[in-house]
Amino acid sequence: MTATPTSFVEPRRRLSLNGWAVILVFLPPAVLLFTVFVAMPMGEASWYSFFNWNGYGRPEKFIGLKNYGYLVGNNAFTRALINNGLIIIASLLVQLPLAMGVALMVAGRVTGAVWFRMIFFLPYVLADVAAGLIWRFMFDGETGIASAAAALIGMPPVFLLASKDWAFSAVIIVILWKYFGFHMMLYIAGLQGIDKSLLEAAEMDGATPVQRFWHITLPLLGPMIRLSIFFSVIGALQLFDVIVPLTGGGPFDTTNTLVSYLYYFGITRMRVGFGSAVGVVLFCICVAFAFGYKRWFMRDD
Amino acid sequence: MIVRPFALAAACLFAFAAPAFADTTVTVLHVNDNAAAVAIWDRIAADYSAGHKGVKVEFKYLENEAFKAKLPTMLQSDDSRPALFYSWGGGVMEAQAKAGFLKDITADVASVEAQLSPTAVDAFKVDGKVVGMPFDTGEVTFFYNKKLFDKAGVKAEEIKSWDDFLGAVKKFKAAGITPLVVGAGEKWPMHFYYSYLVMRIGGDHALTDAKAGKDGGYKNPIFVEAGKRLRELAALEPFQPGYLSTTHAQSAAIFGDGKAAMDLMGEWLLGMQGSNAADGKGQAVDNIGVLSFPVLSGGKGKATDTLGGVHAFLVTKTAPPEAVDFLKFFSQEKYAKEAAVAGAYIPVYKGAEESISNPIVKRLASDLAATTYHQNFFDQDLGPSVGRVVNDISVAVAAGQMTPEAAAAAIQDAADQQ
Repeated sequence: MTATPTSFVEPRRRLSLNGWAVILVFLPPAVLLFTVFVAMPMGEASWYSFFNWNGYGRPEKFIGLKNYGYLVGNNAFTRALINNGLIIIASLLVQLPLAMGVALMVAGRVTGAVWFRMIFFLPYVLADVAAGLIWRFMFDGETGIASAAAALIGMPPVFLLASKDWAFSAVIIVILWKYFGFHMMLYIAGLQGIDKSLLEAAEMDGATPVQRFWHITLPLLGPMIRLSIFFSVIGALQLFDVIVPLTGGGPFDTTNTLVSYLYYFGITRMRVGFGSAVGVVLFCICVAFAFGYKRWFMRDD
Repeated sequence: MIVRPFALAAACLFAFAAPAFADTTVTVLHVNDNAAAVAIWDRIAADYSAGHKGVKVEFKYLENEAFKAKLPTMLQSDDSRPALFYSWGGGVMEAQAKAGFLKDITADVASVEAQLSPTAVDAFKVDGKVVGMPFDTGEVTFFYNKKLFDKAGVKAEEIKSWDDFLGAVKKFKAAGITPLVVGAGEKWPMHFYYSYLVMRIGGDHALTDAKAGKDGGYKNPIFVEAGKRLRELAALEPFQPGYLSTTHAQSAAIFGDGKAAMDLMGEWLLGMQGSNAADGKGQAVDNIGVLSFPVLSGGKGKATDTLGGVHAFLVTKTAPPEAVDFLKFFSQEKYAKEAAVAGAYIPVYKGAEESISNPIVKRLASDLAATTYHQNFFDQDLGPSVGRVVNDISVAVAAGQMTPEAAAAAIQDAADQQ
C-alpha cells in the first residue's frame, strides 16, 4: 500500500488517504476482537476477584482483597508456585540443552535424520491428555514399567504417583519428554538458517568442531534460543493438561501448577471469585515476564 | 440465478418444518452413564411424546465433571437453559435456588409426592418448597468378597463394632489379603469413611449442628474424634499399595478381580466391579456380601443409619408447563417398577423395591426402607467448596499428613470463607 513511484498525485497526500482507508477497514475488527476476547474477559476476571461468588446469578458479596489474602500463606498455592518455578528450571537446565543436542545431531543431511526428527517430535504432537494417561499407566505400581524395572533388581513395586516426595519428579519427566521435541524443531529451523559458508570458512581456518559450535553456531542461534526460552517459560506457567490425567494435582496437592490449582480450587469448588484472583495473579506473572523478557533479552531480535 | 435462492429458502423451510410439528421440546440434562437406566428413560420419553402431540422430550447426557462445570453457565443463558436437569441435592441445589434458577413446583406435584419415599422428597426441598422430583436412591456400605472372608477365617456377621472391624482387618493382614480397597487418588472415596465415622459418633444431628456452627462448628469433638478413628484404621495399613494414586475405576477393578476383601462404596460398585474387572465379569453376585458400617462404643449413631445419594430432576424457572407434566408422568409406579426389575437403579417409589430381583440390590433397598436416618453424601450436602475440603482432609488424615484437629479446623475455615 505504499505510494507507487509512477503516481501523478502528490505522494504524501495519497499515502495518508490510503493509510486512513487501511485503518478504517482493518482496525475496527481487530479492536472489536481484542475487546471482546481479550480485554473484556480480563477486566471481568479482575472484577470477579473482588467478590465471594459461586458462579450463579450476579456477583453481589463484595469482599475486597480477601480472595488475594487467602492466597498468602496457603500451602497448596505456595506449592503450585514453587512447582511452576521447578518446571521452568528443569526446562531451562535440562530440556533446552537436550533439545539443542538432539537438534545438532539430526539437523544435518544424515541418512534417516528425517525419521529421527519425526520420532522426537511425536510426543509434542500427541494430545496432552493422552500423554498424561499413557504415563499414568507407565508409572503405575501394579502394571507399570517403573515397577517392572524395580522388580528386575528385586525391589518391591514402586508407586511413584502415590508418593508425595516423588510424584512431582514423575510429572517433570513427562513434561521434559513431551515438549523437548518442540524446542528441537525450533533449533533445527535455526540451524538450517545458518549460512554454511561461515562454518566452512571457520573449518578452513582450522577451527575445531567445538570452537565452531561456540563461536559460530551458538551466537547465530541466539535469537532462536531466546525465543525458545520465552516459549518454555510461558508454556511452563500455563501448564495444565498433562497434570490433570496424570496426578490430578495430588497426592496432597503436591503436583499442582498455578492453572491446575485454579481449576481444582476455583472452578470445581465453584469459587469463581477466588479462581479469578488466582487467574489475575497468573496473568500478572505472565505479563511481567513477557514484557521484562522482551525488554531486556529480545530487544535486538 | 433467481431460482436458486428460492430453492434454498424452500429447502430451509422444509428442514425446519419437520421439527416444527413438535411445538415444545423438553430438554433433560443428565450425567447417568448407566445404559440400562438411560434405555428406560428414553422409552418413557417416547411414551410421553406418543400421548402428547407436539411435545418432544430429549434426554441429553454430559460427562459428570463437564456437567458440573457447564451447568452454571447454561442456567444463566435463556437459550441453552435445560427444562429439567440432574441433581444430587444439597448445597449446590440451594445455591441454584437462591440465584432464582429453580421453579417452585410444590402445588403441581403434591399428588405424586405422597407416593415417593419422604426422605427422598425432603432432600429436594429448599425452604419447604419442592424444586424437583427424586427418582433413585442408594446406599454406601461395605461390599465384601465371601471367599476371601472364608480364607482368612473372618465371619462377616460377627463384625458389629469398630473394634470387631479393626480385628477383622488385622486377620486379613495376617492372612496376606488386602483388607480394604479405596480409590483415594480421587479423594471422595475416602470421605465415605470420614462421613460414616462422623455419623456413627455424632448421630443424626452431628452434621446439621456443625453446619449451623454449634459447639465450634466442625471443630467440635465429633469431627476430631472421627479423624482419630480414621487414622487408627489407616495406621494398620489396610489399603492396597499405592492407594493414594488409585482411581475409582481402578479400585473397582481390584475388588472385581478378587484382590481385596472389602470396599466401602455406593451401590454402583456392583456394576463397576464387573465392567472394570480383568475378565469383564468380576465377582459373581453370590460371592458378594453386604456389611453395614460398624458402630462405635459410646457413639450416638445406629447401625441402621445410612449414607447414600438421592438423585432427582430439578425444574428450571423458564421450563414450560409440559416439563412439570412430564416429570409427573416420569414418576409413575409403572416406570419405577421397570427400573427395579431391570436392576437399573433403586427407585424411590414406595413399594417398587419389591420388584428388585438382584439379592444385593434388594438388601440395600430394604436397608434404605428401614433407615433410621439417611444422610446425603457429605460432599454434595455441604456444597462443592466445603465438600471438597472434606474429601481432601479425609485422605490427608488417613495418610497421617494432617492431624485430626487441623483437619477439623480446615473444614471450618472453608465454611467460614463461604
